[in-house]
Amino acid sequence: MSASSTFALVRKDVHSELRTRYALNALIMFVVVAVATILFALRSDQPTSSVLAGLYWVVVFFTAMSGLSRTFVSEEERGTTMTLQLVATPSTVYFAKLIVNTALTFSLTIAVTVLYMTVFSDSFVIQTMSTFLVTVILGSLGFASASTIIAAIVAKANTRATLYPVLSFPILVVLLMTVMSATTKALDGEPFEGALGDFQILAGYILAMTGGSYLLFEYVWKE
Amino acid sequence: MTSVSLKLDGVSKEFNRRLIFRDVSISLQGGDTLAITGRNGSGKSTLVKILCGLLSPTRGTLMYALDGKDIEVDAIKDHIGLVSPYLQMYDEFTGLENLEVLSRIRADRNITGETIAEALKNVGLWDRRNDFVRTYSSGMKQRLKYAFAVLHRPGVLVLDEPTSNLDADGIAMVERCVREQRSHGMLIVATNDADEAIWCSQRVVLGDEKV
Amino acid sequence: MKAVKFGSVILITFVLISGLAIPISSNPQGWLEFPNIPGLEEKARNILYHVPIAWTTVVAFLVGTFYGFRYLKTKNIDDDIKSVSAAGLGFMFCLLATITGAIWAKFNWGSFWNWDPRETSIFVLLLIYGAYFALRSALETEEKRASLSAVYSIIAGITVPFFIFVMPRIMSGLHPGAKGDPDGSGPVVQLKMSPNMLVIFLLGLVGFTLFFIWLFNLRVRLARLEYQRSVQHP
Repeated sequence: MSASSTFALVRKDVHSELRTRYALNALIMFVVVAVATILFALRSDQPTSSVLAGLYWVVVFFTAMSGLSRTFVSEEERGTTMTLQLVATPSTVYFAKLIVNTALTFSLTIAVTVLYMTVFSDSFVIQTMSTFLVTVILGSLGFASASTIIAAIVAKANTRATLYPVLSFPILVVLLMTVMSATTKALDGEPFEGALGDFQILAGYILAMTGGSYLLFEYVWKE
Repeated sequence: MTSVSLKLDGVSKEFNRRLIFRDVSISLQGGDTLAITGRNGSGKSTLVKILCGLLSPTRGTLMYALDGKDIEVDAIKDHIGLVSPYLQMYDEFTGLENLEVLSRIRADRNITGETIAEALKNVGLWDRRNDFVRTYSSGMKQRLKYAFAVLHRPGVLVLDEPTSNLDADGIAMVERCVREQRSHGMLIVATNDADEAIWCSQRVVLGDEKV
Repeated sequence: MKAVKFGSVILITFVLISGLAIPISSNPQGWLEFPNIPGLEEKARNILYHVPIAWTTVVAFLVGTFYGFRYLKTKNIDDDIKSVSAAGLGFMFCLLATITGAIWAKFNWGSFWNWDPRETSIFVLLLIYGAYFALRSALETEEKRASLSAVYSIIAGITVPFFIFVMPRIMSGLHPGAKGDPDGSGPVVQLKMSPNMLVIFLLGLVGFTLFFIWLFNLRVRLARLEYQRSVQHP
C-alpha cells in the first residue's frame, strides 16, 4: 500500500460521487424523511436528552446503512472490481474506502446535527461542545471501520440491500450504545472528563475493527 | 525492459465442487506467445483470472519470476496488461480521465500525459477523449480497454476475447498491439477464433478430457 | 468419543438430580445441604443449569470462529463444515441460555427481559447468528460462502470482548459483577457458592462441555456425509 495510490483512489471515489450522486442524494433524502417522521411522532412533546441522543444516532445508523454499502456495491455492479484489483493492492483499496466512508458518515452527522438544532431548537442544545465533537468524530470513524468490511462482504452477496443492516447492526451495537451515552452527556452539559471512559471504548473499538478488517480484507476482496 | 517468466504446475479449478479444468501445466519465458482455446464454459476466462493473480487455483501452483527472480503473485499485477469482458472502465469518467485516474492509483511514475495521449491515439479514441465513457459504443469501450492494458508497457499482455465488439479497423488495431507486444514481451490470448489463435506459437486446449 | 458421550450423559444426569434434590437450608450441615442465598432461595438451583449452558454457548462460538479462521488459512472445506456445525449448536445453546435466563429473570427480577448487559449481549449474539445464517444463504458459490461467513464470524468475534468486559462496566445491570451495587445490597445478588454447590457447578460445566463435544462430533459427521452425497449426486 502506498499513500499516493490510496489518496488517488479516494479522489477518484469523491470525484465519481460528486458526478453521479449515487449515495449522496439518497442520503440527503433519507435524513430529511427520517427527521420528518420523528417530528410527526413527537409533535409538541419535549423529548429528554437521552431520547434525543438515541434518535440522533438512529437516524445516522439507518441513513448510513442506506448509503455506505455503495462504495463496494457500485464497483461490483459496474464490473470495475477487477480493474481495481489490477491497479491497487487490497490494503490500498481498504484504506481508501475506509477514508471515503468516514468522510461520508462525518458529513452525515454534521447534516443531522444542523437539522436537529433547527427543528429541536429548545431541547437539542449541545452544552459540552468538546464532548460532542469528539463523539461525532470518533463515532464516524467507528461506523466506517465496522461497516466498510461488511459493505465489501455484502457486495459479493445477492440480497445486498436487506443484508447490509442485518449484518452491520450486531457489530455496531457496542458503538451505538457508547456514542448514545456520550451524546447524552454532551447534551446534559456534563464536563468533558465525564465522557473519557466512553472515548476509551470508542478508540479501542476503532483500533480493533480497523486492524481486524485490514487483516481480513484480502479474503473478501480477492475471489 | 524486464523479462517475465511464468510457470503453472498442475493447476485445477473447481466452483461449487464442479470441476472447471484439471491439471493445466504451462511454462512460458520472455517473448513466448500462448493461445488458450476451448469450447464455451471450458474455463478460459477462469484460467485468465488465475494467470493474472486475481483468482487462486483450487489445486496446483502458479509462479512468476521477474528477470529470473521469483516474485509474489500479487506483485505481478504491475507487469500485466489485461483486456477482458469482465473488466470495465468507469462510466462517469471520460476516456482520458479513466487512464489518468487508473495510472495515479497504480502510482506509476513512468506514465505521463504524453504516454496517455499516445495510447489514446493508437486505439483511435483521441478525438473522443473528453467524452464520458457511458456515451461510448461497446467497440469504443473495447478500444479504451486496450489503451489501458498497454499503457504501462506490460511484460505480459493477456487478451480475453480480444476482438469482441470490434470492427475491421479495430481488429487491425488489435493486430498492431499484438505485434508490438510480441516484440518486447509475453502474449497470452484466450479465444475461440482460429484467426486469433494463430498469433501465438503455443497452445493450450481446455475441456478436452471427459469430465 | 464413547467416553465423551457417556461422560456427558452421566454428569448432566447427576447435576440435574443433585441440583434439584439437595435441600436448601438456612443453616447448612455437611455436604447434603445447600446454603440459603438471600434473594435467590430455591431459585438458586438454576445456576447449575443456566450458567453451564451460557458457558457452552461461548465455547461453541469460539470453536466456530476458530474453524472459520482455519478455513481462511487452509481453504479446506472440511473446516467450513466444522465451523457451520459449531455455529448451529451455538445458536441452539444461545436460545437455551436465553430461555433459561428469561424464566429465571421473571421470577427473580420481575420481568422476562430487563436489558441488563448480559441480556443485551446474548440478544446481540442471537442477532449475530441470525445474520451469519442469512449471509450464508445469500452466497451462491461454496467457496465464497465459506470464506465470507468465516470473515464475518471473526469480525463478530472481535466485538465479543467489548460485550464481556466493557458493557457491564458502563451499563448498570442485574447480573453478578455488573456496575450498580458493589456492596451487594441492591438488586445484584452476590454469589458465594458453598463447596458442595461449587463442585456440582463445575461438574455441570464439564458435563455440558462434553455434551457439546459429542453433539459437535455427531453434526460434523452428518454434515460430511451430506456433503459427500451431494458430491456424488449433485
